[in-house]
Amino acid sequence: MREPSGRTKRKIRWSKLYTFSCFRPPNTDPVPIENRIGRPGFSRVVFCNNPHLHRMKPHKYPTNYVSTTKYNVVTFLPRSLFEQFRRVANLYFLLAAVLSLTSLAPFTPPSLIVPLVFVVGISMLKEAVEDWHRFLQDLEVNSRVVKTHIGDGVFVEKAWQQVSVGDIVKVQKDQYFPGDLLLLSSSYEDGVCYVETMNLDGETNLKAKRCVEATLGLNEDATMNRFEASIYCEDPNPNLYSFMGNLEFENESHPLSTAQVLLRDSKLRNTEYIYGVVIFTGPDTKTVRNSMKSPSKRSRIERKMDRVIYVLFSMLILISLVTSMASAVLVSSQMTSWWYLRLQDKDLFFSPSKPVLSAIMQFIRALVLYGYLIPISLYVSIEVVKVLQAVLINNDIQMFDEATCQSVRARTSNLNEELGQVSIILSDKTGTLTCNQMEFRKCSIAGVSYGGDLNEVDLAASRRMNSDMVAYRSSVDESDAMSQGIEICEFPEDDIGNQMGYVGAPEYLESLNLKNQKISDVHRESSIKGFNFQDDRLMDGQWTRYSNVYHMTMFFKVMALCHTGIPIEDDRADKLKFEAESPEEVAFLIAAQEFGIQFCKRTQSVMVLKELDRDSGSVLEREYKLLNLLEFSSSRKRMSVIVSTQDGQIILLCKGADSIIFERLADDGKSYEEATSSHLLCYAEDGFRALAFAYRTIERAEYEHWDSVFTKAKTTVGPERDELLESASEMIEKDLILLGAAAIEDKLQKGVPECIDKLAQAGLKIWLLTGDKKETAINIGFACSLLRQDMAQFHLSSVKDSGCGNQSEAILAAKKALVSQIESFSQGIQVENKKHMPFALVVDGQALEIALRSDVKDQFLRLAVECSSVICCRVSPKQKALITRLVKEFTGKTTLAIGDGANDVGMIQEADIGVGISGMEGMQAVMASDFSLPQFRFLERLLIVHGHWCYKRISKMILYFIYKNIVFGLTLFYYEFYTSFSGQVLYDDWYMTAFNVLLTSLPVISLGVLEQDVPSDVCHQFPALYQQGQRGICFSWKRIISWIINGAIASLIIFLSTIHALSSAAFSEKGNVADIAHLGTITYTCVIWTVNCQIALVISHFTWIQHLFIWGSILLWYIFLLAYGALPPSYSNTGFHVLTEAIGRAPSFWIITLLVVVASLLPYFVYMALQRTFYPMDDHVIQEMKHCKKDVFDKQMWLREQRNSKRTTQVGFSARVDAKTHHLKEAMQQSGASIYRSFTNSPIYKTLRSSPLFQ
Amino acid sequence: MVERGETSSTGGSDGTQDPFPSAKKITKRPKYSRFTQQELPACKPILTPGWVITALILVGVIFIPIGLASLFASQRVVEIVDRYDEDCIPPSFKDRALGFIQDDNTDKTCIRKLTVPKLMKSPIYVYYQLSNFYQNHRRYVKSRSDKQLRSRKDESKTTNCEPEAFAGDKQPIVPCGLIAWSLFNDTYKFSVTNQPLAVNKRNIAWDSDREHKFGSDVYPKNFQNGRLIGGAKLNSSIPLNEQEDLIVWMRTAALPTFRKLYGRIEVDLEAGKEITVMIQNNYNTYDFGGKKHLVLSTTSWLGGKNDFLGAAYLAVGGICLFLAVAFILVYVLKPRPLGDPSYLSWNRNPAGHLN
Repeated sequence: MREPSGRTKRKIRWSKLYTFSCFRPPNTDPVPIENRIGRPGFSRVVFCNNPHLHRMKPHKYPTNYVSTTKYNVVTFLPRSLFEQFRRVANLYFLLAAVLSLTSLAPFTPPSLIVPLVFVVGISMLKEAVEDWHRFLQDLEVNSRVVKTHIGDGVFVEKAWQQVSVGDIVKVQKDQYFPGDLLLLSSSYEDGVCYVETMNLDGETNLKAKRCVEATLGLNEDATMNRFEASIYCEDPNPNLYSFMGNLEFENESHPLSTAQVLLRDSKLRNTEYIYGVVIFTGPDTKTVRNSMKSPSKRSRIERKMDRVIYVLFSMLILISLVTSMASAVLVSSQMTSWWYLRLQDKDLFFSPSKPVLSAIMQFIRALVLYGYLIPISLYVSIEVVKVLQAVLINNDIQMFDEATCQSVRARTSNLNEELGQVSIILSDKTGTLTCNQMEFRKCSIAGVSYGGDLNEVDLAASRRMNSDMVAYRSSVDESDAMSQGIEICEFPEDDIGNQMGYVGAPEYLESLNLKNQKISDVHRESSIKGFNFQDDRLMDGQWTRYSNVYHMTMFFKVMALCHTGIPIEDDRADKLKFEAESPEEVAFLIAAQEFGIQFCKRTQSVMVLKELDRDSGSVLEREYKLLNLLEFSSSRKRMSVIVSTQDGQIILLCKGADSIIFERLADDGKSYEEATSSHLLCYAEDGFRALAFAYRTIERAEYEHWDSVFTKAKTTVGPERDELLESASEMIEKDLILLGAAAIEDKLQKGVPECIDKLAQAGLKIWLLTGDKKETAINIGFACSLLRQDMAQFHLSSVKDSGCGNQSEAILAAKKALVSQIESFSQGIQVENKKHMPFALVVDGQALEIALRSDVKDQFLRLAVECSSVICCRVSPKQKALITRLVKEFTGKTTLAIGDGANDVGMIQEADIGVGISGMEGMQAVMASDFSLPQFRFLERLLIVHGHWCYKRISKMILYFIYKNIVFGLTLFYYEFYTSFSGQVLYDDWYMTAFNVLLTSLPVISLGVLEQDVPSDVCHQFPALYQQGQRGICFSWKRIISWIINGAIASLIIFLSTIHALSSAAFSEKGNVADIAHLGTITYTCVIWTVNCQIALVISHFTWIQHLFIWGSILLWYIFLLAYGALPPSYSNTGFHVLTEAIGRAPSFWIITLLVVVASLLPYFVYMALQRTFYPMDDHVIQEMKHCKKDVFDKQMWLREQRNSKRTTQVGFSARVDAKTHHLKEAMQQSGASIYRSFTNSPIYKTLRSSPLFQ
Repeated sequence: MVERGETSSTGGSDGTQDPFPSAKKITKRPKYSRFTQQELPACKPILTPGWVITALILVGVIFIPIGLASLFASQRVVEIVDRYDEDCIPPSFKDRALGFIQDDNTDKTCIRKLTVPKLMKSPIYVYYQLSNFYQNHRRYVKSRSDKQLRSRKDESKTTNCEPEAFAGDKQPIVPCGLIAWSLFNDTYKFSVTNQPLAVNKRNIAWDSDREHKFGSDVYPKNFQNGRLIGGAKLNSSIPLNEQEDLIVWMRTAALPTFRKLYGRIEVDLEAGKEITVMIQNNYNTYDFGGKKHLVLSTTSWLGGKNDFLGAAYLAVGGICLFLAVAFILVYVLKPRPLGDPSYLSWNRNPAGHLN
């Protein structure tokens, strides 16, 4: 159980590496904590190591059991029933079912109760299954184990749910904390531990926590035996960044702050173990208090469907009113003379003396009778369809990620169709667009850039130019004119060469050959993690042969020495792994190792490098004494180390942002400045994060003088300390000699640029919301092509005002400044709009805070919506959620939020659709999300293919559903005109029951699950198809009303035809006349035929399943009729032998069916034919193209239309290529043909021509 | 930096990384099947002009012959319809028809003479036709007890039969209910040139009714014994399944104007022959303004005389042919090539596409 080794093995105190932080004076709270403890809000008492004291009141706190389930065994039935009957339609059917038990109903009870039970049962079953999954997740979390002290210094493993307040737990490296803990001690001597809080706030950097001095000694299992203390602290609250409390230990009181508190769901990193006391458990912990109940979302279509249901309800009420009024009028007038009815006042429905009462009773009965207008099974069918759609989405192999072995999961299936309507995507950066992995990509040393030059944009631009040119030339050949035009545009390759002025032609060719044609291949995987660099000039020690090897060495030494990392052992003997504060440093260390300068050991004051020696070619181990480390901060934007070499030389190595470094260069250190800055520009355009490297040698005397100043500054206590340190560092970080720059790629996830490109073409806007700093955000903006160099960037940032006393005044001033910024930008847009200049808006968190205030927000959002891309940096999780909400409300369009961390939970829940990235560790985002993707790139297929399909499917399905219920329901109404509105039903009760459940359900489900207007590849090829969903044209009121009218017409045709065909004369050769049963059965047959043939007209994609379901349903009706008719008459009532004896034998029955089906479908058929002729929709035309195989025969047109269908967009890779091509063409026209001629004669040109790239 | 793969092994547990058990299911690569990948072979019919025109012509071509055949069949049926309710009121009762019909002592006999327009081949079906009689009224339809009709032991099951459920002494009425109570009771006697014309009243009801719905052991009981007499009385010594007039009547008609089979004349009637009908005009339709017709009709394969089907078929067929011609004209005058890209939304409305 004991692990003494951890302490001895690793002596380095990380805390000591930070020059500034360890001298930081303790926080001074304005209000002493002592005064607040015990008061309201600060009443919690924890008896450390005495959990038994917490078993009874008043110190009994909740257990550590956390439950996220909605129901439990007892509450499931009542609560889920309640949920079900909150739907208006279900409530209506419940009432109808209750009424059916009374004499009010026109039907027998089962015909109403069976469908209701069926419908509600399925929905409840779905709820139960979903909740069961949540329960299993909880079970897994609650049964995680942690080592807990049970007395006498013995620790045993306990399940999380058994941990109680006051317990002492020992958490090992990489374990999660079971509750909110007070840190007592850690494996480090100074009681520091490192915590990853990604699950809480999404930040990936480690946070240091530190115990109070008094408990430092409690660092072994045995010492816990005698530890007794009590903690007085604040009550449970959701605030992650504050904690107040006191530790009473050995009669002394120690103030506690957030620095001592380890929060549940965060993880112990880089520390072997820690001891802690549990302060908050289960529902009291800050994470649980922070977690919101995920709101249940409903899609746009479903919300609209509710309104459609209301329309149908109004129709229902209208026709019920007509029925009841007419009935009442008849009852009180002529019906009294219908002696055969023997009207009596006892019969409330037909009470001649109380017509009003009769009217009311009839009204209620009519409401039930015409209930078929309200599609009872619509909800359940939609639910079934959506679950099946979700199964198809989950099983899509093309959305399966081999790397993480995960596929897309639709976690809530009720938003499938919403995927087809998204207009704005709000995306997180880290972990969503990027892998959170830094790669060393390029470097510029001593004015020469290494690691390839041409980026994929240039490559694609040259290809585009080439193909344009071929097309142009052929057109010129045809017209046989414009010979001079050829000259102007026939030399894309050489011009690209010219554009890359610093690249020689051979290198250019070489890099072309290196790169593959596909963009994705440029992002190829390298064998070494964090290192994606290919340049033979530097690899394998080749650099040692260059003349400026000194600068090269210094460059690599900056990488190897100027950092806070430590090496860790790896299995492979010669290569080490590294751990550092930031992933960039790790990338630099790995790169240095690859170049032959390996950082292999670090002690408190000495760093050891294994260097490749130039002369001997062997590896030498050199020690560098670490004199000072000037740490990185966001305001300094640089970091330096001062080391002394083995031969006593003192060097300062510095790395930092280029602007910062460039202004600190010595006069003789600027020799590479020009070249380097041009390289930096290229790197920035590619979205790389570039750092400039510089060094200087310091005279010993100068150093000693400075050191004393610096030490004095460090030890100063008080507000002036920071200033002193700043000026001290300014003193030494000057007169630098520039070495070059290194470009780090914040590695994008696979396929992200292509995905963004496609999404942009489909008309989606992408906003980037990140907690990262502005520079990083902009880098990524470039890397994903959300930004490009020729875009007008608007930076919205709040002006920091210094020392303005009154806070409200300061805010007011900031707001004023912001408003003026926004106004000037808006004006700028109006001016620039004429020039078709794209804009990007970059906002930082502070500015956002002000911009989102109520009075400015409209202005801000108007500006933001105008811009091609919006990047928000330094935004808090709360702001992310706020932006999402405001965008959603302001634009009224469908928003999709995608993120991976707990900090994205807010926006994921707020957006219309929340998508979580599931490849990562933290599950919070996934838990809160509606869909989870292993990779960002699957978003494209999810939206453009599945979203489009699901949208069309659900729209068609709902419209058809409305239609079929109207067809059926209205025939009942029309019949009332012939029964003196008495409420007689035309059909047998069981026909009514079978209609929705048995005879029409399967075809509509097959429509909802399998319909495809166009195949998936066409969805990809024609992004414009997606806009059908964005504009919501498939479920517009126009369509809804048309379908309602279509239903009314069809039912009228059915009804009138059947009653006239079966009017008084005999319908069979035997002279028999039709009674209610015959008329009902024949009409019903016509309804079944009509609605099922109608769906066959709606469906455009028939697999055997659709055929089976549609024709099977019709067949099933006859089978049903046979089976029902074969039952004894006590069961089958009027259906007895109806088909075999009566109507089946009469030819008129079959002839009527044929007539009615054709006549009732004719209006729709003609309408469709006309629509397709005069106003075909995009999918119709594309279907026709496919049908005529135009995509094969007229490939050029097919490709041209694909291009045209893309929405003109300013973001995305293609847009960048377009811009570049445009730019190149302009440049060419200016530069004339002279270069071209010389170039075409050169052998390179000929090689290029023959290379596969330009075929 | 620590790699993600090698992170936490949770305490002493088996060290699995899965955040929750169901994740194990996810990690499996979805199995390929054409169904799950939505790649099932499918036919994708689209409404091309060719299809539209073909379908319309096809419908026209099929419908018009059917329509003609139906119309022909209907025309071949010979039907004699005679309304007698008004004429069978003696002139002295012209203004008080109700009084006439409700008075037990008046002579209800009425002689009608019908001329056979064309040769009527046997069987000739005899119907009575009532108008404005709502046999389909809910109160009326429900007023019966199928159980009681079926078997003797359910004699007392008269739940829905109010107000004709029980006789005065709480004895159940068989058959109970308003339908039976209001049984039609006009009778017809036919003769041709003073030769009585036999009317076969057997097998005028559906076999299923006689064999399964009306019991052979159920005899009328307490029927029409009440204060109010509705319609016909039944011979209480004949079981219900042989009371075919009742069985026919109990099949409630769907519409307020309906015919019911009265019997069959099983001899041919020559054209021009005059049929004398002696009607006992008992049934009261004067109260509610209903009409009574006597109908003699032959049948064709389609049933009785009804031009609707034929006309409707001809109309639909004609409309389809007309539409086919119209569409042909449209495609000739304003052809739209299939898959013409100029109809794509981005080509039709490039301006709207920009933003």
